[in-house]
Amino acid sequence: MTPIEITTPLTRSDALSLKCGESVLLTGEIYTARDAAHARLLETIQKGERLPLDLQNNIIYYVGPTPPMPGRVIGSAGPTTSGRMDSYAPKLISMGITAMIGKGIRSPEVVSAIKKHTAVYFGALGGAGALLAQCVESSEVVAYEDLGAEAIRRLKVTKMPLTVIIDSEGNNLYERGRALYLEQRRKTVGEE
Amino acid sequence: MAIVPRHTLKKGAYMREIKAELITQAVKRMCINANTVLPQDVRHSIKSCMELEDYPAAKDSLKLITENYEIAERENVPICQDTGVACVFVELGQDVHVIGDIEGAINEGVRQGYKDGYLRASVVGDPLERKNTGDNTPAMIYFDIVPGDVCKITVAPKGFGSENMSKIIMLHPSDGLARVKEFVVQSVEQAGANPCPPVVVGVGVGGTFDKAALLAKKALLRDTDDVNPDPKYAKLETELLEAINALGLGPQGFGGRTTALAVKINVMPTHIAGLPVAVNLNCHVARHMTENIK
Repeated sequence: MTPIEITTPLTRSDALSLKCGESVLLTGEIYTARDAAHARLLETIQKGERLPLDLQNNIIYYVGPTPPMPGRVIGSAGPTTSGRMDSYAPKLISMGITAMIGKGIRSPEVVSAIKKHTAVYFGALGGAGALLAQCVESSEVVAYEDLGAEAIRRLKVTKMPLTVIIDSEGNNLYERGRALYLEQRRKTVGEE
Repeated sequence: MAIVPRHTLKKGAYMREIKAELITQAVKRMCINANTVLPQDVRHSIKSCMELEDYPAAKDSLKLITENYEIAERENVPICQDTGVACVFVELGQDVHVIGDIEGAINEGVRQGYKDGYLRASVVGDPLERKNTGDNTPAMIYFDIVPGDVCKITVAPKGFGSENMSKIIMLHPSDGLARVKEFVVQSVEQAGANPCPPVVVGVGVGGTFDKAALLAKKALLRDTDDVNPDPKYAKLETELLEAINALGLGPQGFGGRTTALAVKINVMPTHIAGLPVAVNLNCHVARHMTENIK
């Protein structure tokens, strides 16, 4: 399957066109945030204060990269487990983000928010931090520098390989991919 | 207790002296190398699973996983950004005398390795206050006193995507082997895509609550392509691996045969009333490295 090339910002109608199981190459600016940054973002929202980044049509990548070696933009930069951000994600989706990049299972609440607000959940290859770092052209801390690896960074990525795990209709590749494989295997075993 | 000077030891008695600095250097070296060079046994397992994989999407994921560790080694970057908590296993020969503070020396090696190797500091001090210690210390250190005069150290950086999906259960003896198998397979199934499949499954059976967990963790230190010396457990490892690879989760959880690269079972005696079972999962970046310090 030829991957679909998409660029940021990702609008609701872009999100609507992406379907579960599709391979995507993403180019443009995305923001990093994981556990500690999410906790702070939500605290800021609760206090009614201004957020350090614009959420509208933006994408959050769940990653805490390793420090870059001298002369390099970033270290290793693969996805962390998304489920830990489930308690924060619906709020951020309702406030404007159109996609999340991570790996692993999402809660029913996140799936509902994805459907309600026409967003998308992308998977990046877990454990492939060296490979994914090669797509990162630049990295700049935009907030919470004291959090180190957990600070919010703006990354410029080129042709970052992703897979649509949950689309805006709530279709889920974790269920669908497994079922497809098992179906194929049943057929193969039946033929033998 | 008085310190016995070496020259007063009885004839035939012998202590190997190891300077703590040597331990620091070894731990530092292993932290850096383990995080950037995937061990050969894991590479072999990925390769053989790729040959057996019959689902195209899964085969593609395994190719990318291979490409990833090749880039890591070539470019000298960590294979995964979760460079883990440093699990350090020490088998200390009882005829070894470490000159200096052994625990301090190990933590110093971790501190230097994670800083100089550009590895991620992923440890928080107080688990509830959650402030990053900044240098990935303290390491999780496990000591075993063994016969001999060698100090064997294994460094296994452990990521928490997989650690978080690990499980323990205190089964009843009447539950028997069937329930043990069911628990192991269910643990992998429930973990789904979270622990970065294909996983390595470490199983500990027996002991006490804590010993079972340690057995499971130590099972992950065995080479993925080794064979259990006990034929009964070698057979059980194969059976469980087949059951797990029939789940259909596949690499990344996107479907496929290759859900696990290996299942390793370590056992020990237990109480007449108990059957503890622990499952410690590792991702496909199953890092481990060993050196003998002399």
